[in-house]
Amino acid sequence: MDFGWLDITVAALVLTALIGAIWTRGRNWLDPEFWKRYAIVGSVIMFVFLWILTFDTLKKTHIGSDRVPSPTVINYKITYEFDPSKGYYMPKIHKDQKELLFGKEYSEEEAMKLLVKGKLVIQSRACMNCHTLLGNGAYYAPDLTKAWLDPKWEKVMMPATQSKTKEEAMVKFLMHPDKYATWTRRMPNLGLSEDEAKAVVAYLKWMSAINTNGFPDHFGESKLVKF
Amino acid sequence: MERLLSKFWGDISGLPEGKKIALMYWTVAIVLFGAQLLFGVLAAIQYVNPDFLYTVMPFNITRMLHINAMVVWLIMGFIGGIYWLLPDETGIDVVGAKLGKLGFYLLTGAVAVVVLVYLFIQIGKGNFFTLWFINEGREYIEAPRWADLGIVAVMGIIYYNVLATVLKAKRITGLLGVLLIDLVALAGLYIAGMFFTPNITQDQYWWWWVVHLWVEATWEVLVGVLMGWALMHVLNTPRRIIEGWLYLEVLLVFGTGILGLGHHYYWIGTPEYWLGIGGFFSSLEPLPLVAMIVHAVYDAGVHKLQTVNRPALFFIFLQAFGNFFGAGVWGFMHTLPQINLYSHGTQMAASHGHLAFFGAYVATNLVLMYIALQYIRAPQGPILDSKTWKIAYVGMIVAMVGMVGALLVAGFAQTFFERAVGGATWQDYIVTQMHPWVKIPMYWRLGFGILFLFFYFVLVYDMLTIGKKAVQTEVKPA
Repeated sequence: MDFGWLDITVAALVLTALIGAIWTRGRNWLDPEFWKRYAIVGSVIMFVFLWILTFDTLKKTHIGSDRVPSPTVINYKITYEFDPSKGYYMPKIHKDQKELLFGKEYSEEEAMKLLVKGKLVIQSRACMNCHTLLGNGAYYAPDLTKAWLDPKWEKVMMPATQSKTKEEAMVKFLMHPDKYATWTRRMPNLGLSEDEAKAVVAYLKWMSAINTNGFPDHFGESKLVKF
Repeated sequence: MERLLSKFWGDISGLPEGKKIALMYWTVAIVLFGAQLLFGVLAAIQYVNPDFLYTVMPFNITRMLHINAMVVWLIMGFIGGIYWLLPDETGIDVVGAKLGKLGFYLLTGAVAVVVLVYLFIQIGKGNFFTLWFINEGREYIEAPRWADLGIVAVMGIIYYNVLATVLKAKRITGLLGVLLIDLVALAGLYIAGMFFTPNITQDQYWWWWVVHLWVEATWEVLVGVLMGWALMHVLNTPRRIIEGWLYLEVLLVFGTGILGLGHHYYWIGTPEYWLGIGGFFSSLEPLPLVAMIVHAVYDAGVHKLQTVNRPALFFIFLQAFGNFFGAGVWGFMHTLPQINLYSHGTQMAASHGHLAFFGAYVATNLVLMYIALQYIRAPQGPILDSKTWKIAYVGMIVAMVGMVGALLVAGFAQTFFERAVGGATWQDYIVTQMHPWVKIPMYWRLGFGILFLFFYFVLVYDMLTIGKKAVQTEVKPA
């Protein structure tokens, strides 16, 4: 579907007004029946539009689409850069630059298995009741949308956990967050096994490659914090 | 059960079975309201003292219990409202009352088991067993899958009760017509939240179908039905006027709220057209809420504030204004994508959520419960009134405004420091949380939260006592 938001909005409003006017012609606007008919028309048209947009959205957001990348993206370097043509920040997947996770190149099937596991772990530990993912959840802990790209892993957590790679530091932190407190509000130990922690790290890397229309803006380019 | 209900509500022996089922739901709802506030206070303490219950019940559990108790008690309150108005609207008692009671016991039993699991098991391993039997880990609808299926089954029973009663009575009013359609949408939408996908974009897409299309569409319409019915009973507003307004509200709520869903689709990976669609339609979402205010104030003015039920009348005002400010103004404040890019996922949403739920839904349930109290304890008048409801009313509003104000200040500071000046990273988050404009409001929020809990107890005391001693005054302007 190649329509823009304005086409869709105008079409929904004009159709509601027109069909409503035809169905209520001759009726006084103070008659409840007038508004009943408009209520039916308005609700049905908006719901039909929602379904049309839903089909289009699902088509454009399946795993492997432009917006929601293939699981194998975890084999590559990912950055977050300003796109002048769009006017906002976009994840950039460097297909020419491998950045293997845990030193292994995952096939599509293996990577998908890891993502399924990662999502199950995230749901099972009720992560959304402290963190936000894609900005949704609770506000007791940082947003995780681009957590994989967070400079703190390399600058602070790798030395703190005595790790050689970012993913190793993330796994150690996720398995024992109570040991690596960075301020008074500590993440509780949620009993993650090593496999579970690895799956979460893979999931965070994959999530950072989703095109979120520029959210969060200028992630990592802070005037507030300098490492 | 009847003896227990009589202790709380008064002599219910002559009530139709439908109204007794309503009281069963409301009794549990009021208890869960208390649980919501208790866990809210515990979570607020954890904000200022993170070590509090750190190893026993971490924030993700207290917060989950806080919001789940809220969702469940509000729904139980609405269900109570439906059972209460059903005999009046149809002229006959509810058909299938035994099944209706079974539905109540099933839902209450399921809620009790889920709460016990949340309290004592809390989380599980990353597998499907956890999703089916411990928690599903999706904000607001964390209930495990078995409970989801139970909820849909109970909604089926409730729908059967309403439909069978309407069919037997051979009488369908405008209110009942809207209710029957809205209940299908409400139960149907819940099914959209009952599946697993590794694709977080599509997961959140369907998740918002449940959460948004409940809270900002089907719940609002349900509240329109319940408040319309309440206005007829509290102010004697003619049915023709109520139904005309109700249809207008349905048009505006569904006309703006269905595609207003787009404001949740700005940043989850969905196409860019949602930025414009969501921004446009959600900007119009306050319209039905303005209509509700005009409606309530107009009706009250026409009747010169004369009523036999003062607490219900004043909670109607709270509903109209609270819904407008909480859902309308506070929602509009951060609904445009240009603002939301920075405010999304900050305490601004918590500020909006607190005021909106209090105004739109808590007040609605309290209106209906006070109507029931008058019906049971002072059916012949002269008037249902007391001093304690006024204390609870003012106290809860002051406490809520305090919490909402505190969260708003914190949200603004977060939007500015963490998101605009900072780079939205882990360290930006921490530095902002330690900023006085975020840190100090968390103490205000805790203080006002404790105050709210105190006035909840005043409210419960009032509900236990109001009308038991008839107030010997004539009906006069409030």
